[in-house]
Amino acid sequence: MTKGSVRFDNVTKRFGAVVALKPLSLDIAPGTLVTLLGPSGCGKTTTLRLIAGLEAPTDGRILIGGEDVTHLSATYRAVSMVFQSYALFPHMTVAENVAYGLTVKRVPRAEARERAETGLEMVGLKGFGERLPSELSGGQQQRVAVARAIVLEPEVLLLDEPLSNLDAKLRRQVREEIRQIQQTLGLTAVYVTHDQEEAMAVSDRIIVMKNAEIAQEGTPGDLYDRPNSAFIADFIGDANLIDVEVTASGKETEIELLDHRLRVPLSGVSSGPAKMVLRPHQLRLSREPGPVTLPAEVGYAAYLGNSVQYTLNTPAGQVFAIMPPTANPFRQGDNLHLGFDKEDIRLVPA
Amino acid sequence: MRRTAGLWLLIGLAGYALLPWYMVTGGVLSFGWLGDLSGEGASALLWSLSGRTWLWLPLFGFAGAALVLALKRDQLQTARGLVASGAGGLALMAGQGLVILGHGTRFGLAEGASQPGMGAGALVTAAGLLFILTTGISGLGRGRGDAFITGMVGAIVALVGIFVFYPMAFILVSAFELKGGAGFGISEFFPRFFAPEIWSTACFTGRGYCGAAMNSLILGLSTALGTTLLGLSFALIFTRTAFPAKKFLRVLTILPIITPPFVIGLALILLFGRAGTVTEFFSDMFGWEKTRWLYGIWGVWLAQMLSFTPIAFLVLIGVVEGVSPSMEEASQTLDANRWQTFRYVSLPLMRPGLANAFLLGFIESLADFGNPLVLSGNENFLSTEIYFAIVGTVADPAKAAILSLVLLSLTLTAFLAQRYWLGSKNYATVTGKADAGRHAALNPVLRWTCYLVAIPWAAFTMILYVLIVFGSFVKLWGYDHTLTTEHYKRAFGIVHRNGWHFIGSAWDSYFTTLTIASLAAPLTAAVGLATAYLLVRQKFFGKDAFEFSTMLSFAIPGTVIGVAYVMAFNFPPIELTGTGLILIIVFIFRNMPVGVRGGIAAMSQLDRSLDEASITLGANSATTLRRVILPLMGPAILAALTYSFVRAITSVSAVIFLVSARYNMATSFIVGRVENGEYGIAIAYAAVLIVTMLLAVLALQLVIGRRTLRRADRIEAH
Repeated sequence: MTKGSVRFDNVTKRFGAVVALKPLSLDIAPGTLVTLLGPSGCGKTTTLRLIAGLEAPTDGRILIGGEDVTHLSATYRAVSMVFQSYALFPHMTVAENVAYGLTVKRVPRAEARERAETGLEMVGLKGFGERLPSELSGGQQQRVAVARAIVLEPEVLLLDEPLSNLDAKLRRQVREEIRQIQQTLGLTAVYVTHDQEEAMAVSDRIIVMKNAEIAQEGTPGDLYDRPNSAFIADFIGDANLIDVEVTASGKETEIELLDHRLRVPLSGVSSGPAKMVLRPHQLRLSREPGPVTLPAEVGYAAYLGNSVQYTLNTPAGQVFAIMPPTANPFRQGDNLHLGFDKEDIRLVPA
Repeated sequence: MRRTAGLWLLIGLAGYALLPWYMVTGGVLSFGWLGDLSGEGASALLWSLSGRTWLWLPLFGFAGAALVLALKRDQLQTARGLVASGAGGLALMAGQGLVILGHGTRFGLAEGASQPGMGAGALVTAAGLLFILTTGISGLGRGRGDAFITGMVGAIVALVGIFVFYPMAFILVSAFELKGGAGFGISEFFPRFFAPEIWSTACFTGRGYCGAAMNSLILGLSTALGTTLLGLSFALIFTRTAFPAKKFLRVLTILPIITPPFVIGLALILLFGRAGTVTEFFSDMFGWEKTRWLYGIWGVWLAQMLSFTPIAFLVLIGVVEGVSPSMEEASQTLDANRWQTFRYVSLPLMRPGLANAFLLGFIESLADFGNPLVLSGNENFLSTEIYFAIVGTVADPAKAAILSLVLLSLTLTAFLAQRYWLGSKNYATVTGKADAGRHAALNPVLRWTCYLVAIPWAAFTMILYVLIVFGSFVKLWGYDHTLTTEHYKRAFGIVHRNGWHFIGSAWDSYFTTLTIASLAAPLTAAVGLATAYLLVRQKFFGKDAFEFSTMLSFAIPGTVIGVAYVMAFNFPPIELTGTGLILIIVFIFRNMPVGVRGGIAAMSQLDRSLDEASITLGANSATTLRRVILPLMGPAILAALTYSFVRAITSVSAVIFLVSARYNMATSFIVGRVENGEYGIAIAYAAVLIVTMLLAVLALQLVIGRRTLRRADRIEAH
């Protein structure tokens, strides 16, 4: 194993009777940014804190850079962490904050100051060193937290929901900066978030967690394009989940949707009840029926400028669709026909 | 782990082989023992070689640890070995100390041997063994594997064990002592514990006096109720009215806290006693009969109300301010009027504060020694009865112990009842997040009720203090009102004749008091805040029991602690009576709970991620504590320092048992003057103490306060 890898070997964590992490094994390759994504309480933050050494596992082994660090305290691990609250020391200046990790490691004062300056420059805060954290904006404080973590040149950089205290516009800018710094320095980074869009935007790989275990892992494209469960399909991007029956499988799969029979180009699906995944923008609406269409009544229409969102009532249940705006939008109560391409269909277990 | 354990092994061995094992005359810091290394200044090693063979015992612990460190490589095995050696060494050391005493041995072991009390060498040896033990425990993965944390827990547990539980055990044991030195037994305990002289309710039926416990109980409940209501009135005036002289009121509420005991009682006597100014006035003007109404439970009650209302106020103002304004605003938008808002929203949310204030008032009243001593007249109260059982004409330690147990059972019951009551409900509204909005104003009826209750009380307090100053400048208050500075001259006279001479009679105790208070204050603050840090920030086995035991000394009244210390530390293995050290120690463990509470409150407001950030940046717990947490705790440190300093100067109940000719404290000096009827000097001394404390508090504010000002508004980690 090389420097910067992280490995969990059947790690479990219990707090009293509460299971925070079921036996979990994972491998994080050096130099990649991996996101732990999931709803709150899924165990993603616990996983991050286990890597940091802020929690000790109940069972199993944790390896960083190929070395067993299971019993090593956080102080001595080559990881550093960016906290959700930033956790900047309010009584120290920005420069003192950034240099803190260096000074406690007894790096000579001049060198520490120099490295802190380089760190601040990297996050675009050159010249802010003498200020106090409370004199900075939220986005600037966030960058100080990142600078403080990276000047230590950690093997692994941990980020715990680093953007959750920023407003939406700033969030996009800062996440791009974080990604850029990570790639420039070639750091391994583990990033925790519950925002799937953020996860898609920054990650090399995403590990989706649910109920204290891994639900699915893969590249952003994998997860979006080949969800393995209704949970993933719904969690990664919006999805309409429609009940179908798989009647025949093989190289192609035959499904039954109400009174339609469709052959879709998917293989290796087992027969029986299943759910069909269709993304909102993959749907088509028209006033005329087509070969494979479902009748749909507009229950609610919302005009958002660059798109129109419709909630539709169909015989297969409620469906959510996103259309480009047109000169003559559909209105609530309109009776329409809902169409889609067979190639877009994905199937997940019911 | 190996390095830390090795270091403590060396330190412990040095203490064992080099430092004098027993107490030396003049104290270890005088280094007089260096000239007598084979006699009094001998180390345990030398003593063992010269016949006191039992002193070899602690060495087994070090030998075990050394073997483990030399032979074992595996982390877990080493840790277990260290735990066993440390614990074994400590047990052997404690065993020899408890068996072989100054005047002989216990349990028929090692007949004929004797030894004096342990000293510096024993202290360092014990510390070495203790930290070998705790380092081993950290190696087992406890306390996140941090030897600093387990060491701190171990040190505090050991200190609380030795200086709270060990003396209390003596009280428990001597309560079962039979009369006439007939050994120990249970046969006399219950008759004496429930004796009518303690529990009699005769005063209700009008046929004589009530028992001491009954009197104390009635007094405690009335004082607690009164101070809570008065404190609440003040807190409401402060937070919810536009009362113009708030600053002035604030000073008045702080004054009683820095007033030495007796002073208020004395002032009351000089006003309302049989020859008091007010009594004389009414007697002359209206021919009212001069009575002794002041001497008895209601006089004590009045004095306690004056002394303890500020404490209730300080507890309640935090709580009253803490009720989130948005809840009151929510209530008002739901069309409740001001009275309904107060009655159904604010007041219920203040309940934990009211319970706390009540408990504090109750315990303070029961433990109060000064006021009953001057004002009790023919009625008996537990705290004074305990004192007289020890220093009276017939010393009866068993009686003192039994009375102490009665007193302790009353305070502990109150303490447990309150914990149980609060534990079952949750009223937390303070989220640490500032929320906007304003507190609802009081409705007019309530506002005027508060004014009517609080303002006369404030005026009364003020008059009392003016009179105290006046009293210190007249010849003999009540009889001869010629102005004079004679009292000050006698107490604090200085002459210049071949250099400066402090010839005043009070100087000795004044300097002793200041020295001891300034030594005790930082130690108290350190122990209290360290405990708070462990309780808030660390997880470890037995934390609840740990918290409870550190709070326990709060429920133990001072007189009880005093008696317990006299019983426990009057002979080897730990012989401290007559030293200044015992005074410092008693202050640390009496006042520590306040430091703990204050520290917990302050630390809970510091985001935990600050510590975690520091740890993940490569700092260890000690560095984190020093560089991140302590700098952010300025106000809490200030409060703990101030409180313990002031309490060390003003407390009397425990101190009065522990002072000696060499180490006399201001308060016990004042007691002496009061007993001799030299009221003028007593009051003059008290006035000087008040001014001293005011100056000290201001100086502390300047030193610590300024450093924190810059940071005060930046506590939140955003």
